[in-house]
Amino acid sequence: MRDTKGFKIYRAVVLVVLGLFVLVPLYVMVTSSMKPLSDVQGAFTWWPSNLTLDPFVDMWRTVPLARYFVNSTIVSVAATVFSVMIAILAAFAVSRFRFRGRTVFSTTVLSTQMFPGVLFLLPLFLIFVNINNSTGLQLVGTRLGLIITYLTFSLPFSIWMLAGYFDSIPRELDEAALVDGCGPMGALWRVVLPAARPGVIAVAIYSFMTAWGEVLFASVMTTEANRTLSVGLRQYSTQTNVYWNQIMAAALVVSIPVVIGFLLAQRHFVAGVTAGAVK
Amino acid sequence: MRLRSLVAAAAVSALGISLAACGGSDSGDSSGGNGGGDATLTYWASNQGTSLDNDKQVLTPVLEKFTQETGVKVNLEVIGWNDLQTRIQTAITSGQAPDVVNIGNTWAASLQATEAFLPFDGEAMDAIGGKDKFVPTALATGGKEGTDPTSVPLYGLAYGLYYNKAMFQQAGLQPPKTWEEMVAAAKKLTNPAKNQWGMALAAGSYTENVHFAFINAAQNKSEWFDADGKPTFTSDGNVQGVLRYLDLMQKDKVANPSNAQYDNGTKAVNDFATKKVAMVINQNNANSSIVANGMKPGEYGVVPFPAPAGGEQVASHVAGINLSIFKNTKNKDAALKFVKYMTDAPTQTTLGKPFASLPVLKDAKPAFTSDAAEAAIFSDIYNTKSKPLPLVPAEDQYESTVGKAMNAMFAKIATGGTVTADEVKAALKTAEDQVAASS
Amino acid sequence: MSVATPEAPVSAGATPRAQKKRGPDRRPGLSRKLPYLLLAPAILLELLIHIIPMLVGIWMSFVKLTKFFIANWSAAPWAGLGNYQVAVDFDNAVGEGLLKSFGVTIAFSVITLALSWALGMAAAVALQPAFKGRSIVRTLFLVPYALPAYAGILTWNFMLQRDTGAVNHVLVDNLGLTSDRPFWLIGGNALISLITVAVWKLWTFAFLTLMAGLQSIPNDVYEAASVDGAGLVRQWRHITLPSLRPVNLVLVLVLFLWTFSDFNTPYVLFGTGQPPAGDLITFHIYNASFLTWNFGSGAAMSVLLLIFLMIVTGAYLIVTGRRSRRA
Repeated sequence: MRDTKGFKIYRAVVLVVLGLFVLVPLYVMVTSSMKPLSDVQGAFTWWPSNLTLDPFVDMWRTVPLARYFVNSTIVSVAATVFSVMIAILAAFAVSRFRFRGRTVFSTTVLSTQMFPGVLFLLPLFLIFVNINNSTGLQLVGTRLGLIITYLTFSLPFSIWMLAGYFDSIPRELDEAALVDGCGPMGALWRVVLPAARPGVIAVAIYSFMTAWGEVLFASVMTTEANRTLSVGLRQYSTQTNVYWNQIMAAALVVSIPVVIGFLLAQRHFVAGVTAGAVK
Repeated sequence: MRLRSLVAAAAVSALGISLAACGGSDSGDSSGGNGGGDATLTYWASNQGTSLDNDKQVLTPVLEKFTQETGVKVNLEVIGWNDLQTRIQTAITSGQAPDVVNIGNTWAASLQATEAFLPFDGEAMDAIGGKDKFVPTALATGGKEGTDPTSVPLYGLAYGLYYNKAMFQQAGLQPPKTWEEMVAAAKKLTNPAKNQWGMALAAGSYTENVHFAFINAAQNKSEWFDADGKPTFTSDGNVQGVLRYLDLMQKDKVANPSNAQYDNGTKAVNDFATKKVAMVINQNNANSSIVANGMKPGEYGVVPFPAPAGGEQVASHVAGINLSIFKNTKNKDAALKFVKYMTDAPTQTTLGKPFASLPVLKDAKPAFTSDAAEAAIFSDIYNTKSKPLPLVPAEDQYESTVGKAMNAMFAKIATGGTVTADEVKAALKTAEDQVAASS
Repeated sequence: MSVATPEAPVSAGATPRAQKKRGPDRRPGLSRKLPYLLLAPAILLELLIHIIPMLVGIWMSFVKLTKFFIANWSAAPWAGLGNYQVAVDFDNAVGEGLLKSFGVTIAFSVITLALSWALGMAAAVALQPAFKGRSIVRTLFLVPYALPAYAGILTWNFMLQRDTGAVNHVLVDNLGLTSDRPFWLIGGNALISLITVAVWKLWTFAFLTLMAGLQSIPNDVYEAASVDGAGLVRQWRHITLPSLRPVNLVLVLVLFLWTFSDFNTPYVLFGTGQPPAGDLITFHIYNASFLTWNFGSGAAMSVLLLIFLMIVTGAYLIVTGRRSRRA
């Protein structure tokens, strides 16, 4: 193995430098969330001289954080579930069937990943308004509108990655299933999906993180009824004060579920990315 | 429209799929505001208090009283300033609007140009109590000159120069009456070594900056738009006015360069309240912040923001919040009743204190402070020493282009550069071109 | 929310027919409709959320959609190429602003891309051989990517404050590198801050991807090279780098597209401050649309941006000789 002295020095340097780069902001976030307001407004100190947990209590009152939390959770979970299901079906089609328009589909879907959000932000808004006027279905200012929007954000990447993943699963497996009397959907359900579990998990994580962290569309498409955390957090700077300690506390709390989820499933994410991207 | 039905069809089929599995998770959200004939009003209020929640607490009993009196229910949503403009834009674009909305009064002429708002013509004006009840300068902000306003004043605000009494006394200074006295006092109270500064400026906030560009230019008797609504940004009076304000940091060095990244007035007020600076120019709703940050009411005094010797006595723009009704409201009568209620004397008195606003009504007494002298000074500024920002449709662009040009110039000064009169003129020329290009 | 729900109508329609002709020779007899049914939800949603809005956006770029018309936007007058002419007239303030923003964005994405890739590679190589605590370090390194974007950026915003921020505390108070506290969120340094924050978030994605790629290189290749006397640098150049070529091709493109249309970082980091040195293009367009209420002009700029991205991506794919595998 490559445990020469040179490599060990190199590794130590990389670990220290990058470790600090990663850790310092996290440290600042955590410690500042436990300082009183007057301390975060004054000169920075590495160690909080007055430790307090008040920001974690006050933050729920300064803005309706709990409501935003619920909104973000519902929107992200629903967007993830639908996005993954739709991506599985589409990826299965792309991976297992030859059909007219396959190339057009793949190219178009993948290229939508390239669209700058600002280009279709206002048009999408207008379209939602029109749908509402002609069908009565309320999409602006509702969680449903956000779910539909967000699930498509992760769709192209998910389809592409899952198709790559499905490609890596030997066709002999689903053919065996067909012989056993399953239809193609049965083969997908009983053979391909179980084998592709890491890929599916990876795609789900990606979708969830996309929805949880989206800012641009949330800034225009949300009202008080469906406001998500990404824009809700801005409200800690009010007309009278910027509550930095509460901002840090809230940022910490809203990050914990995604970070833990991601870290727990990171192995699958890595495996999924590998299968989708490598080859 | 073809597109419309195509889109609708696509949406419906897409939704069929998702709704099937979605259960009822979204059913509770349909807005109860803009439909229905049972006279429920949707009202978007701007953030005036210490937090959105605070606003809600202040407004709820006021709105309940309105419901008792009229039977009209009010659906309240409080919107932060970061979001308000975008929300109003999308409401205008979509037609999915509340019935009544608070707007920053400086946007009034710009919003009027969208034709999305109900003009307060003779009849509508009578329904809300007649135009004679308002302070004339306040009502003048309601829309373009010579038209029926599309908004009426709700909360009045005015700039004042807050000073720290103890610091002035110690230095043997009197509150300034002219610009020159103000600068001299500020210089005397500045000691960078001790991190002590004469003034704090919200020099990184484009909205604050443009207000001072306007006020300083007005003190030079200079206008930003001609009678036809064409921008005249580069006139000498404007350039000199802008430069005079920039010089507080650049030449006079009485403001901490850090101020260049103060992107809202709050930070400057905090510096004043925590006694790091001797003076701050802020609107009268600073009081609650000052007290919240530890300064006692008796420790500060207020005088009008002074003009240079020989200049025009303009101490503020006519600041504040106006109230507008969306034209497509289905509850016009109820909305008018509501506007009348909000702008009548009892409500003005009730809300004047928690929101630290000046009454927009003639002869009304300010309730935001118990200090009679302070109340009198702000009333005087608001009623006699303020001038409305340009009442033209391009006002919003004026704010963003000139304000941002000032942000950039302050940033240059703070990071060690200098800004000459020629550079100010060039920056204002760029701003003028931008306004011209998109009007 | 059962996972099977949306499949039900699809499989119900397709399965019986498919079952009749099961077996290895399924292909000719398989329902021709099935792949289209499988794709339908994805196609419909892509149409609704991406394709149709994009077409509407292109339409918008040809009309004069200013504040005088947004309340009744279908009545907005035709502007022809007017919006484009203003946007690319670089002698004019609007065009000049767009050009500057474009320049800033190029600098930002090239530097961010290069740094993210370099750091990701450095870390992936360092973590390639197993050692005690490797999985802890790897987990730690992934945190910035896992964090919601706005949470990380808000923290950086707090750290980059001039008087109360941690960055100046380190540079001035702890290390004494300079006596004058630098500004990070205004003036020229804004670009440095923007890059730092973006790299902080993105390098870890590069790391993740490269690390995954490295796993596919068998260890004995390195051992054989060692036996042949190849040093670490040579091993990296002749084994690691070539093996990672397919990963790199995708990674570089993805990083470029992300950074070039990054909106979150400037939006959350600068708020309404908007320093010219941090004026990334999507942020510029957003402000051009929403602050000046000129949505036609904003749409024209967006279309230009899209065309640029398509050209770059197309050229990249041709030059690297590798069109997307399924394209």
